[in-house]
Amino acid sequence: MSVQTTEYVASEIRSPASFVASRVFIYGALVFWAFICLFPIYWTITTSFKTAVDVTQGHLIPFVDFQPDWKGWRSLGLSPDSIFQTSTVREEFLKRFMNSVITSVGASSLAIIIGSLAAYGLTRYRYHFAWFKNEDISFFFLSQLILPPVVLALPFLVLYREVGLLDTRVGLILLYTLMVLPIVIWIMRDQFNSIPVELEEAALVDGLSIWGAFFRIVMPIALPGMVAAFILAMVLCWNEYFFAALLTSTDAKTIPVMVASQTGSQGINWWSMAALATAAIAPLAVIGIALERYLIMGMTAGAVK
Amino acid sequence: MANQTLPTNAWPADAAPYDLISPSRKRLGWALMAAATFGLLAVIALEILYKTDADTVGFDTWRPVVYAYVLWGVALGIGQVLTRGEDGQRALFLLPALLFTIAMVIFPTLFGFYIALTDWNLSSFSGRKFNGLANFWQMLGDPYYRNALLNMVLYVLAVSVEYVIAFGLALLLNAQIRARKFFRVVFLMPLMLSPVAVSWMIGKSLMEYRFGPAATLARYLGWENPAFFSDPITARISIMVLDAWTFIPFMMIMLLAGLQAMSREVLEAARVDGANAWQTFWQVTFPLMLPVSVTAVILRIIFKLKLADIIITVTSGGPGGATDSVSSFIYREYRDRSNVGYGTMLAMVYLIIIVVFVTWLLKFASRFVRNVN
Repeated sequence: MSVQTTEYVASEIRSPASFVASRVFIYGALVFWAFICLFPIYWTITTSFKTAVDVTQGHLIPFVDFQPDWKGWRSLGLSPDSIFQTSTVREEFLKRFMNSVITSVGASSLAIIIGSLAAYGLTRYRYHFAWFKNEDISFFFLSQLILPPVVLALPFLVLYREVGLLDTRVGLILLYTLMVLPIVIWIMRDQFNSIPVELEEAALVDGLSIWGAFFRIVMPIALPGMVAAFILAMVLCWNEYFFAALLTSTDAKTIPVMVASQTGSQGINWWSMAALATAAIAPLAVIGIALERYLIMGMTAGAVK
Repeated sequence: MANQTLPTNAWPADAAPYDLISPSRKRLGWALMAAATFGLLAVIALEILYKTDADTVGFDTWRPVVYAYVLWGVALGIGQVLTRGEDGQRALFLLPALLFTIAMVIFPTLFGFYIALTDWNLSSFSGRKFNGLANFWQMLGDPYYRNALLNMVLYVLAVSVEYVIAFGLALLLNAQIRARKFFRVVFLMPLMLSPVAVSWMIGKSLMEYRFGPAATLARYLGWENPAFFSDPITARISIMVLDAWTFIPFMMIMLLAGLQAMSREVLEAARVDGANAWQTFWQVTFPLMLPVSVTAVILRIIFKLKLADIIITVTSGGPGGATDSVSSFIYREYRDRSNVGYGTMLAMVYLIIIVVFVTWLLKFASRFVRNVN
């Protein structure tokens, strides 16, 4: 998505006064919405540095309203003075964190691999599996998007117990792969459709096999799309709560489940909850800022023709 | 969606393969596939016999069946290449995803339909027993489920408000502004954050009754008793706001892409014809944006139909089940009451409702877009 300037707005303004008014309105609205987007994040981060009194008195601005304190982070074992000491909470947190990393990276990778292959096949060849043609197969994949998690959750609970996958990371990876596969196929189909088929024809003439052409010619070109699909899948898997809450108990619990399990209790430790929430959202916030281009690419794939 | 897939530039699958397959290679392929199928069936049969105590040799869990299925899939792939050559190699692109999805969806869904017809409470000792449609009749008389379905209608209707806001934001970002990239990143931020963390950050903390900034602001604005989650109507609206906060960026980005893809000439022509900004929007921009809008709204509705985590973590359906979505209701039916049979029946009925609704929506949308353009 390129950044364009849109001259038509300025040129249809009649008087300087109305030009200024429209500028004020536009920037006012932008700043207002930016505030709405950022304030909850700001509030969470600052709360993680507050003590009980600062929370209950609703202090907002560090160093002016209140003196920042490492209390929240200390309770997670992540403050400067406690980081080298042993902390059971930190171990628990790191374990959940690694679970989240492994499941979301694992599921996204698996989905990218089998999803890209399927999308490539569907855009390049014609299949007949019994009475199923390409359109039917595509529809079958994409229709999985409609399936609400709650429909699969209980059968999977029972099946996973029988198969011995309950409370394992592999079990979660398989489910998350299923969850993001339609989105990956949707994005990658769009990608492969935009690559001219002549490239592969030339490669085949030069003696590459079908799979050789895919790996050596098509893959490098489609790489940005794969990155986009991968990041979008990562976001969805990292934030997933429903399956993780139902299917994990001790070993494979992920970060969202850990966050949610703290909110239920009555006496909430505001500072430590805030620190935990900050730590849970930080990785994706960084990814969002750094790789925003790919995220947008993934989200808009197939939307605009 | 479906008709885009027909590849105009595809090679016909029945083109003459330039590697000729010897009969012995073909026989090998067939033998491999037959052996794998036999092996898979044998493992399943062994497991069934073992589980029903018909024999003593077997495995404790069904996991070997999973391994057998994977091996069967590999053998099937090799067999395809051996027997069909290049056609087999092409089939290999599709096979992994197809086998994976079939195993992960078809089987559990069928199994789910069976569970739905049983009386099965994990906390009772009697185990699972078939009770036909009893769950279904119980569901018809369940006011909480009806309430959850009604809530889903309300939550889906809230998408229209989200759409208006998202469109406004997309227009803002598409206007001639400085720091566009900064605002785009900031506006996108809520979508990245885990709904569970957001539930805590906003629902439990910002909207906290005593000292949350949102409550303080509401008091300042004259609402004496800013309890966001205590009466049913306000609680529903609060949930909608929370969900909107996370998902507005999603629609915004799609609409922005649509705005940027719009041809400049049309807007120029409208202005030359003397249309003002308002007329240009309603008579040119909005109609041209309809296809993108429809896609964005439908995708958003599909995501909305899965709404659960915010409700589970913020209100647990309260007060008195007023904010329950279908998913969160079923979640509690399982988590708190261990009622697997009944919960699955509710889920299956919901699935059928969703499939009918989305199918209708897609039909309606495609006709709608065609009529306008």
